[in-house]
Amino acid sequence: MAANFSNPVVRWIDHRLPVFTFMHHELHEYPTPKNLSYWWNFGSLAGIALVIMIVTGITLAMHYTPHVDHAFDSVERIMRDVNYGWLIRYIHMNGASFFFIVVYIHIFRGLYFGSYKAPREILWMLGVVILLLMMATAFMGYVLPWGQMSFWGATVITNLFSAIPLAGESIVTWLWGGFSVDNATLNRFFSLHFLLPFVIVGVVVLHIVALHRFGSNNPLGIDVKGPKDQIPFHPYYTIKDAFGLGVFLIFFSAFIFFAPNFLGHPDNYIPANPLVTPAHIVPEWYFLPFYAILRAVPDKLGGVLLMFGAIAVLFILPWLDRSPVRSGQFRPIFKIFFWLLVIDVVVLTWLGAKPAEGWYVIGTQIATVWYFLHFLVILPLLSIFETPKPLPKSISEPVLGAGGGFAGATAAPREKV
Amino acid sequence: MIARLTTTIAAVAVAAGAWSFAVSGPAQAAGPAIEYPQHDWSFSGPFGTFDRGALQRGFQVYKNICSGCHALSYVAYRNLEDLGYNEDEIKAIAAQALVVDGPNDDGEMFERSGIPADRFVSPFPNEKAARAANGGAYPPDLSLIVKARPDGANYLRALLVGYVDPPADFNLMPGMNYNAYFSGHQIAMAQPLWGDDVTFEDGTAATIEQQAEDLTTFLAWAAEPEMEERKRAGVMTILFLLVFTGLLYATKRKIWADVH
Amino acid sequence: MAETHEGDSRRDFLMITTTAVGAVGAACVAWPFIDQMNPAADTLALASIEFDVSTVPEGQAVTLTWRGKPVFVRHRTPKEIEEAREVPLDELRDPQTDAERAIKPEYLVMVGVCTHLGCVPLGQSVSDPKGDYDGWFCPCHGSHYDSSGRIRRGPAPLNLPVPEYQYISDTVIRIG
Repeated sequence: MAANFSNPVVRWIDHRLPVFTFMHHELHEYPTPKNLSYWWNFGSLAGIALVIMIVTGITLAMHYTPHVDHAFDSVERIMRDVNYGWLIRYIHMNGASFFFIVVYIHIFRGLYFGSYKAPREILWMLGVVILLLMMATAFMGYVLPWGQMSFWGATVITNLFSAIPLAGESIVTWLWGGFSVDNATLNRFFSLHFLLPFVIVGVVVLHIVALHRFGSNNPLGIDVKGPKDQIPFHPYYTIKDAFGLGVFLIFFSAFIFFAPNFLGHPDNYIPANPLVTPAHIVPEWYFLPFYAILRAVPDKLGGVLLMFGAIAVLFILPWLDRSPVRSGQFRPIFKIFFWLLVIDVVVLTWLGAKPAEGWYVIGTQIATVWYFLHFLVILPLLSIFETPKPLPKSISEPVLGAGGGFAGATAAPREKV
Repeated sequence: MIARLTTTIAAVAVAAGAWSFAVSGPAQAAGPAIEYPQHDWSFSGPFGTFDRGALQRGFQVYKNICSGCHALSYVAYRNLEDLGYNEDEIKAIAAQALVVDGPNDDGEMFERSGIPADRFVSPFPNEKAARAANGGAYPPDLSLIVKARPDGANYLRALLVGYVDPPADFNLMPGMNYNAYFSGHQIAMAQPLWGDDVTFEDGTAATIEQQAEDLTTFLAWAAEPEMEERKRAGVMTILFLLVFTGLLYATKRKIWADVH
Repeated sequence: MAETHEGDSRRDFLMITTTAVGAVGAACVAWPFIDQMNPAADTLALASIEFDVSTVPEGQAVTLTWRGKPVFVRHRTPKEIEEAREVPLDELRDPQTDAERAIKPEYLVMVGVCTHLGCVPLGQSVSDPKGDYDGWFCPCHGSHYDSSGRIRRGPAPLNLPVPEYQYISDTVIRIG
């Protein structure tokens, strides 16, 4: 079903290589539920954040030197001598944080509105793969400036693998390419930090292919019943996403230009010193909940398993929550537990930054137990015992009947000129 | 629809607030908390700039007091242009330094006088030499010191004015000095500022506080020489984005007007 | 009908304005990413160098590094200057008088890169072959340069280039 393009050059190319038809189909006429709220902006925003990171990253790689003797100096040269180097580096540095903010909101949106449920299980699992790849990429990227936190973060995290029985020590030596985090480690981290974002792009493509198979979920969580429930992606969601991007960029710029180091750690402006460990090693904020779970268990292997388990549990989430109702809007008890989970993760983040002593340890353990309880016990039980509220018949119906409450509909009457 | 957007933004802001509260943990967690006085800096705030007089005075303090032990290796003499010095003044300042260069055709390293393109010459050839000359303590490079400490400017100023008599029951180790604001209160560096350590070229009275403030301003510049350009660009960017986002919002409303 | 029409034109106007403003923004964002590939501040700081020519004894030469290339500074003897001046211009492949090539005749300053394929000619040290014209000889493909650095024989098309330089005092030159 080739679209009819007016430009003859486009028509000529499209006849032989239907890229324009493809783009028209997937980005222009692509039918989208008309009731998506602003929470649905964060998917495309994450894609844009990825592009920002790749563009600034490739630029930084033109000036960065992956060698223990020069890495810190080359980053300072970027900050001081390279034209606009400070801008590009601060975009990249804060971009990592904002990428995670956007993706975490995107994930929690999926959790609330049941976007992981059939038929979108693979879409969800691909998302979890992207999250894992992002974490690996962010971790290795943080090592590259070769400051104190870079070095000791790399040491601590790579040492996690020594918890693996029998082969642990050999695996860590293999990861390091030596007997400590050193030049070989820095070099391979640079190589992989450059590679992984493109792997992420690949998985993102699959994520979008899976998304476009059944289309977006929506705040009501009910299936689209017909053309009345849908609008074409362009111009409706292109402009809505563009507006969301504008709002995002305002917050992003505020950090880049006025508080570029707020989310970082001062110790990373001290060159790496293998002989002196900083008083408190803390990962970047986006790892803190997982770091807290790691420290909740007094056993080394147990902590590592639990930390990876915290993400692994997301993989099987579609089969833990068996409730046929997707959206949390129609699940009164689920809704409460959803917000408890949000609070739990914020608490874990807070505790992850605290020293592992006294009440903090007990608090971390409670929060960790709650995290797993939520996914492994509460969600399965809720799907059996919860009585959901009645669902609307279609997306258009409640809008016409109740006269409001859903994005896109309320503005319409006031908008007439 | 505005309500919807506002809800989304508010929710994100609350979450962000919670995160940043959680994230701000490490600063508090680092050792027993020592409160240090907050100073009103010329360079704080979104429109703050470095006071040029303070920068030049601070440079004078660094050169006369600190540079004997502390390097400033990421700053080049040419960067002093930011402080308001002209080309000839910078050449004269650079020429006072002896730079090790080479090897020459005989394979020997040789000394020459500095040029503006050189970076500040470090007082010691390497960290080991610095430690050996300072009783085992390493005087850190000051290029990034303001960025490398939490609330760096206030901390540094407090440290410089924080040399007081130790409490009677304090057990001070030999060779150490008491400082009210240093973590653990024992610092290897002897009190560097006593008042009138330099005679300021502009006639400002060189009290301990004045010198501490000026030196901190200079080192804040050394850590973030791009700060003024960054803030200027930031103001322009945010103003642009406000207008552009406003336009996008208006366009969005227009486009969505016919959706029922 | 008229109302709809008016609404359409307002919508078009908004779309065009928004697109135009967005394009301006995109252009502003593009510039830092282009400019970062230009020479950085530390590179530019070494784009001009100063050198005291009086440190070169008569009859000898030194090689400086300037913008990553060798620069020959030769303190010429009166004999070498004389040779350079006597050459009739119509014998030269790339006609230039000696006065055009040296601000002060005693000191010849030029970029020591053969104009054929970029090798560095020999002739700087006393023991080097100086070619058939008492200047420089490029070992790669046999170009001979005279005591003014002009091409006399061999494949090179042009004289050794004289960089932009000036005397900022009696004996100190600034190259670049």
